[in-house]
Amino acid sequence: MGKSTVVPFGPQHPVLPEPIHLDLELQDEKVVKAIPSIGYIHRGLEKLVEKRGFQEYVYIAERVCGICSFGHGWGYSKAIEGLMEIEVPRRAEYLRTIWHELSRLHSHLLWVGLGADALGFESLFMHAWRLRETILDMIEQTTGGRVIFSVCKVGGVRRDISDHDLKEIVSRLEKLKKEIDGLTALILNDETIHARLKGVGTVSFEDAKALGCVGPTARASGVPLDYRCGDEGGAYKELGFKPVTDTAGDCFARCKVRLLELYQAIDLIKGCVENMPAGEIAVPVKGFPPAAEYFTRVEQPRGEAVYYVKGNKTKNLERFRLRTPTNANLAVLVKMLQGCDLADVPNIILTIDPCISCCER
Amino acid sequence: MSYIKKSPWLVHYDGSSCNGCDIEVLACLTPLYDVERFGIVNTGNPKHADIFLVTGGVNAQNLPVVKQIYEQMPEPKVVIAVGACACTGGVFHDCYNMIGGMDKAIPVDVYVPGCAARPEAIIDGVVKGLAVLEEKQKAVAVLAERAEEERETVLEPTVAMHKQQEAKK
Ligand code: SF4
Repeated sequence: MGKSTVVPFGPQHPVLPEPIHLDLELQDEKVVKAIPSIGYIHRGLEKLVEKRGFQEYVYIAERVCGICSFGHGWGYSKAIEGLMEIEVPRRAEYLRTIWHELSRLHSHLLWVGLGADALGFESLFMHAWRLRETILDMIEQTTGGRVIFSVCKVGGVRRDISDHDLKEIVSRLEKLKKEIDGLTALILNDETIHARLKGVGTVSFEDAKALGCVGPTARASGVPLDYRCGDEGGAYKELGFKPVTDTAGDCFARCKVRLLELYQAIDLIKGCVENMPAGEIAVPVKGFPPAAEYFTRVEQPRGEAVYYVKGNKTKNLERFRLRTPTNANLAVLVKMLQGCDLADVPNIILTIDPCISCCER
Repeated sequence: MSYIKKSPWLVHYDGSSCNGCDIEVLACLTPLYDVERFGIVNTGNPKHADIFLVTGGVNAQNLPVVKQIYEQMPEPKVVIAVGACACTGGVFHDCYNMIGGMDKAIPVDVYVPGCAARPEAIIDGVVKGLAVLEEKQKAVAVLAERAEEERETVLEPTVAMHKQQEAKK
């Protein structure tokens, strides 16, 4: 066995849209150790609660990450609502669910594209991003923004979706579903994709549990961890929800879980539209957060995000803490990279769907 | 005469942003907006790039990386700051470790506002950047022409003179 070499990977790397640095210790072509170093996007957003009012901070929370922005806004609002004991109208919860699932659709399609790009399958990247634009159109039509929506606020939502728009969303999703069928068939039956992804970066059920991984990464290893089926707000409880899981735990399984979640998200949105309650979309918020703490979760496209808030009877919060899914999944990433080939490193990194801005805040 | 001889290639880097503008930059490359039809290619290698599309307000750890990418790009080069936080620091302007704006790290030529900047705005910024690139290439070309002239009028006659003198000896 030869001497080991260290290959730096990142922070600027073609497959990564965001900077993360890994030192890969190689023995010939095999990675024996991967040491991640993060901090390139740390902005200190948690500290900013001391400078911004608690209602204004929703905008900052949305800018924790541009991909799952709605989820962060929702998670923060939900934490404040819990802290101040605000009852959110049912209609607002349903609207939030619709927007959250639309973000999941756009996030997963974005991931399919980036994953394909890491494989060198450029046309699939283009194809997935073309489909993603139809979702962004719906988001733009209902909120006015493409990636940052700013529709969530403490106590409800800022905008309503008219019945006409709701119907249109459903009919457009029907059309999109047919196109996604093509995409799924292509990915699940392609020889090259099988060869690149099957049996690569495998995480066992035990490892997934012990290392605390979350989201599709955990579900692909058979851990049925999905906070949408818990008692965590939104319309999920009424709609009946079962997490998608797989048992293989390799890159292909993670890919499959995400593809199946696309269908699930479409069904959830349809369920929301069918059962949409009438009524108010927001309640007024009076006073300041009490001197107490509250803790809640949201299932983001990448997994469970945990929000903690602590008030002190003033306009500003005393502490806000956020634990994001990528943060939890980095531990398992290091484990996956041990013993893999150098050529598989981009695939493996991409299949945990890393979101570094979330991770570092 | 156009001094731009080849299609502009760009390198993209996330200098501590929220990612919103980064995915919009990538959206520009994909079928709906498709800047590749103009020959613009997103390259991973700064040494191949003419345009540096950079987002974010740069934190202390990212500062050397941004500078290094900028220095690795060959002249003439254009820097386009995408998004409110790259222009001025945006929503992150008073975060404790952000330097607040890309122009505090490297010279910026074009600013694209918006949080998140829309793909149309980014493409517009790139087109403006091309005009700047043209100017810069012109300046380089003029310098090269001047050097060429100098070679013809000063250097070559002097060398010829020396050679003659050598031959006489
Ligand atoms: S300008 Fe706004 S959307 Fe763009 S990267 Fe900065 S914070 Fe995110």
